[in-house]
Amino acid sequence: MLYSSVIRERYRRPRFRGTLTDPDARFEDVNPLCGDRIRIECRLEGGRVAEARHTGDSCAICAASADVLLELILGRPVDFAVAVGAGQLLERLEADIRPSRMKCVTLPIAVLQGALDGKVAAR
Amino acid sequence: MTLGEQCRRDFPILGRVINGHPLVYLDSAASSQKPTQVIEAVQHYYERSHSNVHRSIHTLGEEATEVYEAARDAVRGFIAARSREEIVFTRGTTEAINLVAQAVGRTLRSGDEILVTEMEHHSNLIPWQMACRDRGAVLKAVPVLDGAYLDMTAFDGLLSPRTRVVAVTHVSNVLGTINPVGEIARQAHAAGAVLVVDGAQAAPHLALDVVASGADFYAFSGHKMLGPTGIGVLYGRREVLEGLEPAWGGGEMIKEVWIDHAQWNDLPSRFEPGTPPIAGAVGLHAAVEYLSKLGMERVSAHERALTAQCLEALARIPGVTIYGPMNAELKGAAVAFNVSGLHPHDGAALLDQQGIAVRAGHHCAQPLMRRLGIVGTLRASFSVYSTAADVERLARAVATLRDEL
Repeated sequence: MLYSSVIRERYRRPRFRGTLTDPDARFEDVNPLCGDRIRIECRLEGGRVAEARHTGDSCAICAASADVLLELILGRPVDFAVAVGAGQLLERLEADIRPSRMKCVTLPIAVLQGALDGKVAAR
Repeated sequence: MTLGEQCRRDFPILGRVINGHPLVYLDSAASSQKPTQVIEAVQHYYERSHSNVHRSIHTLGEEATEVYEAARDAVRGFIAARSREEIVFTRGTTEAINLVAQAVGRTLRSGDEILVTEMEHHSNLIPWQMACRDRGAVLKAVPVLDGAYLDMTAFDGLLSPRTRVVAVTHVSNVLGTINPVGEIARQAHAAGAVLVVDGAQAAPHLALDVVASGADFYAFSGHKMLGPTGIGVLYGRREVLEGLEPAWGGGEMIKEVWIDHAQWNDLPSRFEPGTPPIAGAVGLHAAVEYLSKLGMERVSAHERALTAQCLEALARIPGVTIYGPMNAELKGAAVAFNVSGLHPHDGAALLDQQGIAVRAGHHCAQPLMRRLGIVGTLRASFSVYSTAADVERLARAVATLRDEL
């Protein structure tokens, strides 16, 4: 199945879509291949991710990837969040992602890392 | 039998089964498939006649030179150029435009202007950005009106005695819009500018007459018109080509060389340094023969009918937005569209599950996407082997796309 039930569900009913007022960390980037754009915002408390939201204009894989990523890091330390890799997301997405769409999975990881850049030491 | 049904048997790849479905190939604007005639011509060349061209004084060298130069003659005829010296072989449209941008770029002065349009493929935009950056010239763009047509009033206003180059696509690779090249040429020449036309999406579909078009340069690719990858054509009007320095240096483009200087070769060798894509030229020759045998008027009519059928079928599907002219008479063989709530990449991936190949994304036309206010589109495009059945299968699949995700 190209689009797993997890991807469909997260695309239709995302749990972490939206924005935060006054986030501690925020970053946005674009996938030059397809023009997908994702923004991730985080509120940090005691070196942990207390709240996180994503918005943007992207394909289902990218949106679902962002959603499971934020679920994975919620309540976790910042240094855990920046170390999340594609393998962890693929496992949660339960999908057989082709090489041509791997960027869709990894864009949210890069955006999260951009948001939290410098926050590891600053906590 | 329609043209599409007649041609299909010549294209072995169309027999493939993709994800359990017979292939429906609707991505010919990105790259067309190749008929047996082209594949065999390239194979025959490599098996029988391959050698380097022009300076090899042996039988194979002479044969290779002969077939390479015969390809030039065939291309000249195909686009109705006046002389074979006006046909420069390149690796493709992109290289052809870069060649012009570098050669003409060297003659630019600070404050000169280059006029492009908002509907250009990046390959007819970035080379001009680079030329402007290197020479302190100014890049301006003709806006797109109503999401479909060039704003010709704005074009008139943007042209000035400072305009040195007008660079425009003949047929938009997204909207399909056929631009009024003849009118643009008249105005560009009246302003003293040269006209560079990106013909990548026109050469496979329209009967071309480069002299009548008024273009000073006309660029196109072999692989979009049934030929191999790695071969393209730059037509340059002789008077303009003769006045240009070569873009790149190397073997073959010279007459005599000293350590500190060289004398350039005649046209067209001056613009073809290094070993050219000989097998590519042989394949392009076979492709041109294939198309000419069908007749380009017939090819155009066939593809226009499919475009009309596609526009009509997609327009009936709820949630579908079509971009560009809705009249098939005004466009090339491509239909760009979106399905509401569906990212084009998801749409293309779902169509691929049904064996249907379409293009999705920004189509290397980001300024146009920005003007349309979208990240990308799906695009179905046609060639000689496309059929009404292909369009029907596309329309049926598109109608159920929203339920699939």
